[in-house]
Amino acid sequence: MYGLKQDWEAEEEARCLVLEDFESLTPRWCPGCGDHAVLGSLQRLARDLQLPPEKVVIVSGIGCSSRFPHYMKTYGFHGLHGRPLPIASGVLSRRPDLHVFVVTGDGDCCAIGTAHWIHAIRHNMNLTVLLFDNNIYGLTMMQSSPTTPLGNVSNTHPGGVPIGPINPLEVTLGIGNASFVAQTLDWNPLHLYATIKSAHEHQGLAFVRILQRCPHFMRDRWNDLQQDTAGVAVLEHADGIPVDDAVRRLFPNIRQHDPADLGGGRHLATGEEGIPMGLLYRNPESPRYNEITARGLGKTVADKLAGLEAELDRFAL
Amino acid sequence: MGEASQSTAAKPAQPDVQDVAEHIVEIISDSGEGAQTAGQLFGTVSARMGNGVWTVEIIPAEIEPPYRSRAGASGNRIRIATDAVSNMGEAADVVVAFNEQVPYSRIDVGGLRPGTILFLESMWAQSPDELIRKAYAEALADFRHRGYEVVEVPMNDECLKVVEDPKRGKNIWILGLLCALYERDAAIVQMLIERKLGRKGKAIVESNMALFNAGYKWAEQNAPWRFRVAVKPSDVDRVVMNGNEALALGIMAAGIEVCSMYPITPATSVSHYLAARFAKVGGIVHQAEDEIAAIGFAIGASYAGKTAVTVTSGPGLALKSEFIGFATMAEIPLVIIDVQRGGPSTGLPTRVEQGDLLAALFGQPGDTPNIVMAPTTIEECFHFVITARKLAETFRMPVILLSDASLATAQQPFPRPSAREEWLAPPVDTSPWQQDVAPYAWDPETGLSQRPIPGQRGGEYVVTGLAHDEESHVAYESKVNQQGLKMRRRKLATLARSLKPPTVYGDTEGEILVVGWGSTRGAIEEAVDRVRGHGHKVSSLTLHFLSPLEPGLKEIFRHFNKVMTIEICYSDPPEAGEGRTYAQLAFLLRAQTLVDVDCWSCVPGVPLPPRVIEAAIRERLPDHEQIPEVDLENVPCTV
Repeated sequence: MYGLKQDWEAEEEARCLVLEDFESLTPRWCPGCGDHAVLGSLQRLARDLQLPPEKVVIVSGIGCSSRFPHYMKTYGFHGLHGRPLPIASGVLSRRPDLHVFVVTGDGDCCAIGTAHWIHAIRHNMNLTVLLFDNNIYGLTMMQSSPTTPLGNVSNTHPGGVPIGPINPLEVTLGIGNASFVAQTLDWNPLHLYATIKSAHEHQGLAFVRILQRCPHFMRDRWNDLQQDTAGVAVLEHADGIPVDDAVRRLFPNIRQHDPADLGGGRHLATGEEGIPMGLLYRNPESPRYNEITARGLGKTVADKLAGLEAELDRFAL
Repeated sequence: MGEASQSTAAKPAQPDVQDVAEHIVEIISDSGEGAQTAGQLFGTVSARMGNGVWTVEIIPAEIEPPYRSRAGASGNRIRIATDAVSNMGEAADVVVAFNEQVPYSRIDVGGLRPGTILFLESMWAQSPDELIRKAYAEALADFRHRGYEVVEVPMNDECLKVVEDPKRGKNIWILGLLCALYERDAAIVQMLIERKLGRKGKAIVESNMALFNAGYKWAEQNAPWRFRVAVKPSDVDRVVMNGNEALALGIMAAGIEVCSMYPITPATSVSHYLAARFAKVGGIVHQAEDEIAAIGFAIGASYAGKTAVTVTSGPGLALKSEFIGFATMAEIPLVIIDVQRGGPSTGLPTRVEQGDLLAALFGQPGDTPNIVMAPTTIEECFHFVITARKLAETFRMPVILLSDASLATAQQPFPRPSAREEWLAPPVDTSPWQQDVAPYAWDPETGLSQRPIPGQRGGEYVVTGLAHDEESHVAYESKVNQQGLKMRRRKLATLARSLKPPTVYGDTEGEILVVGWGSTRGAIEEAVDRVRGHGHKVSSLTLHFLSPLEPGLKEIFRHFNKVMTIEICYSDPPEAGEGRTYAQLAFLLRAQTLVDVDCWSCVPGVPLPPRVIEAAIRERLPDHEQIPEVDLENVPCTV
């Protein structure tokens, strides 16, 4: 062949990816921001699974956490406010070979992007969706978000938020065709890592709400949970997210919950048994839209030309 | 149209045979009575025999409007001629109406004139309902008063002789009537009916042919006219389809695999067609939860290497504007088809307008250069999608295709294209990326750069709508921002350099140059021919590229005493003075060329008939002669 040496071999060099292969620009989040922990977890996961960086796409919206793709040395799509889910769905639609992660915040997902959130859950495409929920708008300087607690003082509600928050877990579990709904905490790296790993392994849309600290605008938001870990209900099950011994030692309130039990998951989502941490629901049988959007990918040029010729014949005079 | 011998359906010994260069036929019924099918078949048989044909659908705004109502008229207008036809023309020569109310919706838009032959279903004269009998009698008297040649036709009774339920099949009986009147080839009709209904079984085909033959025979015995529109059989294979079908086929021919849409009139039928047929070439239609998600999905697919199309109309274009700006900023190829309807806001969903031009060019906040193109014929609807995808990928930017409600449903034959491999999108490039090439390594001369696609090792980068440098790193420095805007804008200048100056229709110098774009082209050229027929030096020019504008306009304009646009959008008359609102293309041309471009435009919701355009041009001539029966203030009331 022209341009190739006689002894050329199509042998790919062995690749050993290390953490640095997934690290890009230095993150510019505030010190103490929960985003750092999630970034570290995802980089470690990508390294542990040896995901080829060129096959990973991180899609985000707008907000503090949505700067995430800039800090991963993979393909990234820093999109529009509220719209990462339609973008990610489009990315995956004809590229089943890609690993697509979505990074979104409570304003991005639960306010301006609500319609997309609901329909993405319904479509159940093979995406790993990480909701960074710090209960506040950070980037735009402390406005209330849909998950800001009742009475919390913000720049848009100086007298306190007058209406109670949305519970993203309850909403997601209320959408037909949900297939993976989990919650974790940014300040427990072991559980955070295990949760993202399970989410990535799941076939279908894995929705992970990460309770996240904002040291700047919501400094005391999770103090109670950090001081009294019994407020967290750790969900454990053979089909759930593995609970490490270190996690078990830290959180005394461990509950058995079968993720196949939707009713039980919905009850836990209310928080009445403690703030749930783990897998609330999983249904691997939920139909996946990405299997529909990938149809026809194998068509050859000859197939396409023949198909078009047949179509033109239908309009022949 | 000659003098008809009589207006009743008595048996003429010798029909009045007229040779005509063209004729316009309308078939109108209540929604669901099949007038559209009959009209399309009549158009197809005429095209197949070698006539020029332009068919437009007459569509009510509601799905099932009250029956026997003026607003409920549904059907087809078919303009046939010896030569090619490029527009819907003016008042009809022959109208077939299933009841006496539906003609009024056509009268409202100037669809009939004194002398129009009106074949009217007469069953209503015997209705058991006194109100219906009265309404029929009143309308009949009114039609005669208006000077129409009314022929009362007992369609129902005649159909009953052939089938048990005339509700289903009356349209084919009428097709028979028309085919006798125009001496159409019954064998072609038989072939078309077999093609259309063959799957439903032999009995259905036979009963339809029986209806057709009965209608044909009735007209032979009772209709006192025959119209001969000479045919010029074509020696090339041709296809006939409407503009939305042509767009859909263009999408398939372009190798686009993803059409992401949200339902909106009058664009949706593009995706209906694709939903049924796209799988043949491996494509998918994604119906998104809203217009924003539709374009977001398309941009995602495009980013991942599969340039997608999103199909919409005005209100949808408005919703998509933030994402269009994103695709411009992040330099992601994308094809956006806007089948324009009346605006602003919800406007006239089923009607034609060219009001989205400036929104397509300037609808996004910030400086967002995009390519904007407009097909002017059904054939161009097909070919422009293929060009649009290539331009989108080469120039790494969104291409907006502006069609409209007129092209959407109009049918016109054109040479059958043959599928070509070079039209198809290349496969996604997954070869390793050259490490030293930045994702926005803009060529300073052209603004062009190469785009890494996910899967290309070494090309990993992050697209962002934030200001960014060549590496796609977020950058707020003044110099970087200036550079990005310059490079994105430069791409349009590069494209403009590759375009040819537009061709002038007619002489390249004269009194008036009429400039138009989109679906008005055929009617403008016909009007120009007529004005030239009166001895005036008038020419026209049609723009296909609106952004960048085609080059050489100023030089072309220089050779005419006056330049004016004809458009379907709102403008003030010249008397409005300094604060005058110009039609959108005129606004653009004035800004771009500094030539004092005049305009005439209006927003009747229907395509502009050539006669109205002719009147508008003649009004602008130095010692102008008005066409007295055309009221330019009140288009389209041309009767």
